Amino acid sequence: MIECKNLVKSYLNGDVETQALKGISFRIEKGEFVAIIGPSGSGKSTLMHILGALDSPTSGQYFLDGVDVSGLGDDELSDLRRNKIGFVFQAFNLLPRATVLRNVMLPLLYSGTSQKEREERARECLRYAGMEESKFQNLSNQLSGGQMQRVAIARALINNPSIILADEPTGNLDTKTSHVVMQTLRELNENGHTIIIITHEKEIAELTDRIISVRDGVIESDTVADTNIRMVHESTNNINNNKMR
Amino acid sequence: MIKDLFKETIWSLAGNKIRSGLTILGIVIGIASVITMVSIGQGAQSSIESNIQSIGSNLIVISPGAQRGATVNTGRGSAQTLTVEDAETIKAQVADIKGVSPEVSKRYQITAKGTNTNTQVVGTVPDYLEVRSLKVDFGSFLTDQQNKTSAKVAVLGPTTRDDLFGINADPIGQTIRIKNVDFEIIGVTLSKGGSGFMNPDDQVYVPLTSAQHFLSGDTFVSTISVAATDQNSMVVVQQQVTDLLMQRHKITDSTQADFNIMNQTDIVATASSITGTFTILLSSIAGISLLVGGIGIMNMMLTTVTERTREIGLRKAVGVRKIYINLQFLAEAVVLTFLGGGVGIFLGWLASLLVAKFVNLPAQVSMSSILLAFGVSAGVGIIFGFYPARRAANLSPIEALRYE
Repeated sequence: MIECKNLVKSYLNGDVETQALKGISFRIEKGEFVAIIGPSGSGKSTLMHILGALDSPTSGQYFLDGVDVSGLGDDELSDLRRNKIGFVFQAFNLLPRATVLRNVMLPLLYSGTSQKEREERARECLRYAGMEESKFQNLSNQLSGGQMQRVAIARALINNPSIILADEPTGNLDTKTSHVVMQTLRELNENGHTIIIITHEKEIAELTDRIISVRDGVIESDTVADTNIRMVHESTNNINNNKMR
Repeated sequence: MIKDLFKETIWSLAGNKIRSGLTILGIVIGIASVITMVSIGQGAQSSIESNIQSIGSNLIVISPGAQRGATVNTGRGSAQTLTVEDAETIKAQVADIKGVSPEVSKRYQITAKGTNTNTQVVGTVPDYLEVRSLKVDFGSFLTDQQNKTSAKVAVLGPTTRDDLFGINADPIGQTIRIKNVDFEIIGVTLSKGGSGFMNPDDQVYVPLTSAQHFLSGDTFVSTISVAATDQNSMVVVQQQVTDLLMQRHKITDSTQADFNIMNQTDIVATASSITGTFTILLSSIAGISLLVGGIGIMNMMLTTVTERTREIGLRKAVGVRKIYINLQFLAEAVVLTFLGGGVGIFLGWLASLLVAKFVNLPAQVSMSSILLAFGVSAGVGIIFGFYPARRAANLSPIEALRYE
């Protein structure tokens, strides 16, 4: 369902052209839990932005659910981000001075759904992301880091996207909270969501099913974790898929 | 969709009250000061104009000059050279005049029942009302018929009426005695608020022929007042009157003329240069206020958008289309400028009203100043609120999110 063919991204810095991605190709199937790992400057963030339709590649093709994303216009990209992609930012990127509920409902703006429906869905997603009910009306800047990340995850879930992309989801969190957030992502994956996370921490990457390692703009290795565990996950996926719908 | 837009706009403005408040304040100050300045300027102008008008509008006054004899020259104004016929010829032959009134005036002791006063008695014709911009409060003014029959009727100025019959009394039908002749009172003129020696409120008007028969005893007139139709024709009218009188009096050398002509042009010229300077002064103050207000709005809007570029990036990143982001910022700018504009217009109007009440200037709020002030502030607010937001919405979400 995600297919990259020879992705290249270069930036012009004055007269010097720097290549962040030098031809990357891979496939990710529906229901996978993938970590993209690499040191800083490896191009993993650039890759993430392209996968999230936040940026377009200089050359190469990116298919999401069979649609060539590299050829889409600004409005079509916006629609794609809203309908198919849930993004969890490293810096959380919540609207300050807005309540938790309002933040989660943000992607539903101008979508024609009723206020009541939006609130119901937001509450459902927040509970799903493990947020306490009592905090729903709190302002986002009054929350702790872990709580903010839960809100960000709930926001990523609200449109029931095909993939959830998380950019260093644990980057600003302590170890304990990191594991809780990873547990939440694991649960989402078990319920059928395709999840791609970006991280530079090996321990975090090892909590996923597949590790794509990027270095200097090319894929260094692509390893699948213990197949047995993955088999188990796939079988639970099928059961949970039916539950989710 | 529109409901969403509306809600987001209100939430965003209400969420940052200081920012919204300061922007509105800039607009309010700009608009209110322009409206107040312009209304004071226009009030001052119309006040000066109405003061000049109260003398009588576009007035030319002809008075007798010195009688030049073989050996003895008498003083100016003492000669008896002007006649009713002169006035009638002027009225018949000079174009662009509203009215001509020959006048005989002298001070007399006037008695009414038990009271008396000393004041100016003016013998004149119905045109006097028009020429001197006088209005009748109640009763009526002198008529041509009364002039033909030398009727013994009189019209009082309000001050004379107050002196003789008591303040605001109705003296119509009563009689006053001037030089042992009884005159019946037929009207009272409206107060013009003048003062001093030639106060139009402290006069008694009688028909010209009656004044000549019963009071002065001759056929000469003491002045002839001519009212031109407008300011522009005054020079021409004055020249024509001079030529006509010289011809009638058989004088060829203008320095030897036996009459003097005085006009309002000088006063009008001075007054219009004063009001002109005044208007320039006030407009430049208003212009500066508008400029400062505009810069304030611009500053606030630019800061706001810079501060909110990350928010714009976030909205785009979660899939809000560019057009809705643009519309939201446009709506915010529109709401701010219209709120500020409304308050500014109200305050400007209130200030003009207070000035009119306490400074006694006929300050009036003009539509053009409202439109100008509102147009400039709204223009600045909307352009500087919308344009940078549009640029931010055109950035890729990643660039906008990284913006510091």
